[in-house]
Amino acid sequence: MNTATDGEIVQFDNVGLRYGADREVLSDISFTLYPGNFYFLTGASGAGKTSMLRLLYLAQRPSRGAIRMFGTDAITMPRERLPLLRRRLGVVFQDFRLVEHLSAFDNVALPLRVAGVAERELARPVADMLEWVGLTDRMHAVPAQLSGGEQQRVAIARAVIARPDMLVADEPTGNVDPDMAVKLLRLFEALNRLGTTVVVATHDVHLLKKVPDSLIMRLDKGRLSDPTGALRYPPRRPVAREA
Amino acid sequence: MDFRLPSALTGNRRSLTSSGDGALIAGARLSGPMPWVIAIMVALTVIAAAAGLSLANTARAAANELSGGVTIQIVEANPAERTRQAEAVAQALRAVPGVIEAHAVSQAEVERLVEPWLGARGGGEDEAIPVPALVDARLRGAVTGEVLGELRRTVRAVAPSARVDAQSSWLKPVFGAIDTLQWLALALVALLGLAMAAAVLLAVRNALGVNRDTIEIVHLLGGTDAQIARLFQRSIGIDAAGGGAVGLALGALVVLFLGRQFAGLGAGLVDSGALGPLDWTVLALIPVAGLVLAVLTARITVLRTLVRML
Repeated sequence: MNTATDGEIVQFDNVGLRYGADREVLSDISFTLYPGNFYFLTGASGAGKTSMLRLLYLAQRPSRGAIRMFGTDAITMPRERLPLLRRRLGVVFQDFRLVEHLSAFDNVALPLRVAGVAERELARPVADMLEWVGLTDRMHAVPAQLSGGEQQRVAIARAVIARPDMLVADEPTGNVDPDMAVKLLRLFEALNRLGTTVVVATHDVHLLKKVPDSLIMRLDKGRLSDPTGALRYPPRRPVAREA
Repeated sequence: MDFRLPSALTGNRRSLTSSGDGALIAGARLSGPMPWVIAIMVALTVIAAAAGLSLANTARAAANELSGGVTIQIVEANPAERTRQAEAVAQALRAVPGVIEAHAVSQAEVERLVEPWLGARGGGEDEAIPVPALVDARLRGAVTGEVLGELRRTVRAVAPSARVDAQSSWLKPVFGAIDTLQWLALALVALLGLAMAAAVLLAVRNALGVNRDTIEIVHLLGGTDAQIARLFQRSIGIDAAGGGAVGLALGALVVLFLGRQFAGLGAGLVDSGALGPLDWTVLALIPVAGLVLAVLTARITVLRTLVRML
């Protein structure tokens, strides 16, 4: 078990998760994530990656164990304080989870609007973000009018627009072409250099090689292993790079 | 590949601790039949409330008119003696402290009053069915049992066979019926309010179900329960305002139409139930009350549902 220290961004302590009366999908999960690191969460399909991410982005409470996020006990904290914690996270869902009746522009603007950013202040960054992911000419299209790859790019733009402290992405390059996949990884790396902790769940082993300083957590049948020392204390930290 | 960081991600990080709800769920209107349901509820409430207010006015007017009134019937077969006793009673009553006015009702007026039942009468002394002479007296205060007893003693001193009645006692059953109808109108208003709250509750629950995915996404992006509740409050508020305005107009038209119909009857008691400016103000406030009720119902329903979500 890792020891809590100043500066940890996430700490799981002996966490278990089961849905209903079924067997645990995650068992005895203990690790600490530190600010500024780039983590890959890997594992075969069904290993529990998505369940782990749901715990990370506070969509699910564990069945047992303790979770601390940004220095706060995420299990016992009052419900009304959860939104402030969630605003520090950016999430790319595996199924994108775009709001179906909102345009690409409004979907990307959503985290800023939730946080009360004025309309006049959000138009430019949202347009810029859409331009960056190559969807300027699709900004008024609703998700049903977008291809899978376009929807994924909108989802990624939405996840990063508010510059989260931690970005959690579930198979973020699964539906885009190889060039766009590389470009998105560069975006995640750039965000990482700006101080955002990045956690990317993927089963694509080729992706891991494209971020050389990344740390890898591997899930196997709901249990966690540590092939690159990501869970060691003190953890291995990526080499500082210029943005 | 040429890599340029989007400018949205450069510069200072924004503070994301406030909360706005600009266009979070722009399409999450409840709409559908809801404005019409509210319009019908408000129209029915306006009609029921107008009926209640009208009955209250009738009861108040009748009570004011009759509360100090006393009628003395002089049952005497001899018409001349009957007229003499009536004049004597009126004179005796005028001397009693607290009596503002007392006068014998003219024979012609009495004949006119009984004409619907007995037909036109000659009014001569050879009448087949003697009709009692009437004395109408008005007191400064209400007619209590004690006052009535004192009046009876005074009257019987000059007309032993006279019968003294407080006018209000004749209409006691009518007042009782009016009172019951008023309670019925109030109960109808309350029931319609409950029905509207129930309709809003069902519509909001349905909308929550339809928008569940969106709500979950907004939650995961840091949206608060209050933000989500405000969206539904705004939506139901717009529906309630539109529906309320239509309902008020419909209800007012019906009330005006019925008012004209009843005014055509020319009956004093019915005329006294006409609605005044204050009554119309109360009716105009019904859609406002409906709007507040709908918005509060929506807020409570949404917050109670969201609390069950993480």
